[in-house]
Amino acid sequence: MSAINPDKLTADRLAGLAPRAERERPKDPLGDGTLVEDPALDPPLVLGNPSFGDITNMVASYAEKPIGLWWLIVFLTGANLFGLLQVMLIYLITTGVGVWGLNNQVDWAWDITNFVFWIGIGHAGTLISAILCLFKQNWRTAVNRAAEAMTIFAVICAGIFPGVHVGRVWFAWFLFPIPNYNYIWPNFRSPLLWDVFAVSTYATVSALFWYMGMIPDLATFRDRAVKRIREGVANPFKLEPPLWFPAAPMPSLKLPFTADHVRAFIYGFLSLGWRFSGRHWYRYEKAYLILAGISTPLVLSVHSIVSFDFATSQVPGWHTTIFPPYFVAGAVFGGFAMVLFLLIPLRILMRDFSRLVTLRHLELMAKIILVTGTMVGFAYSMEFFIAWYGGNKFELDVFANNRVKPDIFFKDGAPYWWAYWSMIFCNVVTPQVFWFKKMRQNPAVIWVVALFVTIGMWFERFVIIVTSIHRAWLPGEWHMFFPTPVDILTFVGSCGLFLMLFMLFLKFIPVFAMAELKAVLPQASPHYGHSGGHGGGHGDDHGGDSHDAGQSTVIASADADEKELG
Amino acid sequence: MSIFSPQPRGPIYQTEAGKTVFGVLAKFANPGALVHGAEAVRDAGYKRWDTHSPFPVHDMEESMGIKGWLLTPLMYIIGGGALTGFLVAGAMQYWITHVDYEMVVQGKPTDAWESFVPVSFELTVLFTAFSTLIGMLALNGLPRHHHPLFTSDAFLKASDDEFFVSIEASDPAFDPEKTRSLLADAGALSIELVEED
Repeated sequence: MSAINPDKLTADRLAGLAPRAERERPKDPLGDGTLVEDPALDPPLVLGNPSFGDITNMVASYAEKPIGLWWLIVFLTGANLFGLLQVMLIYLITTGVGVWGLNNQVDWAWDITNFVFWIGIGHAGTLISAILCLFKQNWRTAVNRAAEAMTIFAVICAGIFPGVHVGRVWFAWFLFPIPNYNYIWPNFRSPLLWDVFAVSTYATVSALFWYMGMIPDLATFRDRAVKRIREGVANPFKLEPPLWFPAAPMPSLKLPFTADHVRAFIYGFLSLGWRFSGRHWYRYEKAYLILAGISTPLVLSVHSIVSFDFATSQVPGWHTTIFPPYFVAGAVFGGFAMVLFLLIPLRILMRDFSRLVTLRHLELMAKIILVTGTMVGFAYSMEFFIAWYGGNKFELDVFANNRVKPDIFFKDGAPYWWAYWSMIFCNVVTPQVFWFKKMRQNPAVIWVVALFVTIGMWFERFVIIVTSIHRAWLPGEWHMFFPTPVDILTFVGSCGLFLMLFMLFLKFIPVFAMAELKAVLPQASPHYGHSGGHGGGHGDDHGGDSHDAGQSTVIASADADEKELG
Repeated sequence: MSIFSPQPRGPIYQTEAGKTVFGVLAKFANPGALVHGAEAVRDAGYKRWDTHSPFPVHDMEESMGIKGWLLTPLMYIIGGGALTGFLVAGAMQYWITHVDYEMVVQGKPTDAWESFVPVSFELTVLFTAFSTLIGMLALNGLPRHHHPLFTSDAFLKASDDEFFVSIEASDPAFDPEKTRSLLADAGALSIELVEED
């Protein structure tokens, strides 16, 4: 055996090495390049390798340039339906809750169904912003602003219903512990009062969280307006010509100030003088993390407390311990469905939207839909199992005879069987298509499933509330609930309010968290460009860089090369 | 600058037009260059200075030498907010339910604490959230109507895609020539004099 000179061997091997060609991303017929299966490759969070300035321009253009005719149509539709909501509420308040389909037995129906439906939709926003922030899921940066906006608008819609369902709304302030001339106080043992605190805290904290995340982006809008004013290219007030007739002469207002002066004033006021200081960012980031930390138990508590409204009562079908986790899973499920339902059309309607909300975002959210939908399905079956296993005759009766058995086949079966089975189909069956990769990577399929889930989650609350109380105990107490047109139009009107607020958000508020998006770009890393080396005097611990998308791609391919070499 | 730790001031500089000098503003090419610039300024012993970037640059607090101590007051404010919320909720519910308006519900003792848990939790979170936002803003000296840096046209790009270091003339270590050469050596692309207005 002649000894091999290891140095010479290495030298020979090294002499024959050439840099490997750039790894090809697998072609995806549907995809936009983000649906990469190779775990060594981190797909880009924003498509088209944008610079920092590109991100600003993309996001600011929604507010600064004409957004399109569709916006006006949707906005006016929403605004008209909001007007309808106001008419319905005035009619209700001036007449009494008798205009709804409630009766002595079914004293909670559409009002509380709508309340729980909307408050549930409000859960995805805080989940995305808080829980995914704690888990360092960088993809949240593209959807968090819109989802948080949705949360707040949904909570606004939710807040209407408990407010007006009390009948004499001018006494609604009795819900809060306010000193009064009657020397009475609210009952702190009632979950309904806990609900008041939970929902109002949730609305407030969500708004604070949303606003805090928005301060730097509002400052960006402010600076762009100020820049245009100083450069003398400020946008005047003028109506945009309609898209179908661009040559239309549009009136231009003669005012001593321009639209950019108004922008600079309003965005400047709201951005509080933010000047992107490193010291400010340091406190800001930690404060944001703490808000995320406290919002996480908050988001879990809110729907738990909403479920206490039912679970602490003695009504069969409501009195179950599974309600808090079941409600929270359902809320996340319904909330993500609404996020997808709104964002997927915007990928077509708005410029560059699909560069920011990529197919990977949709796929990840589809996976969350699948997980939470299956959790909800488990809760449905567990509820049923306990109704049987618990040996409570009345509870089993509610499940079997009020919900499951169709009255078209069984004598004394459930007249609301269609609601129960719609719920099962929409919430448990349809999300199962996401087991198939082709399905959860197809935006059209996701949108349809999201629509089904939204409908199904409304039916879930209807089933829980109405079927449990419409035939309890004595047959003499059995009453059916049928919604009146006022019931239906109030709900439609609340959808209009939601839509109107969301359209205003798309036009006037930074739709994406620009600062956060820039921070997850590959070139945001201080080490970008000098592959892994620590230049200068900051050779401390920089091990935390691996969550940086582009950086980890560089490191990952370097590692792979080393493996091939060895 | 933290409102809790005012730094000593140096001499006041004036421009030829008689305006007070706020300081210098140096532009850097990218986050990496900004980190180098910040380290150079930190190591030269400046105290009244800052970096400006469109997004929080990773580990900038270390490069600026502010890691840790800058956060302590914020943590006290947040902790104080949480404690206040908890105590307010507990005291309010105890006083209302047990002292002022005793009402027996479901035969339970009027001072049973268990039913106070949800509202106490919610108010703790509510007060913590407010103290986090307000504490962060207050310690940052915000809201602030105006700042001398906003007079710089170049500075408007700090909110878009450019990176800056600003050194205040009131820093005891500030010296017109030395500070300029320090920033130039640290890799500044351009250096601008900013006046108070």
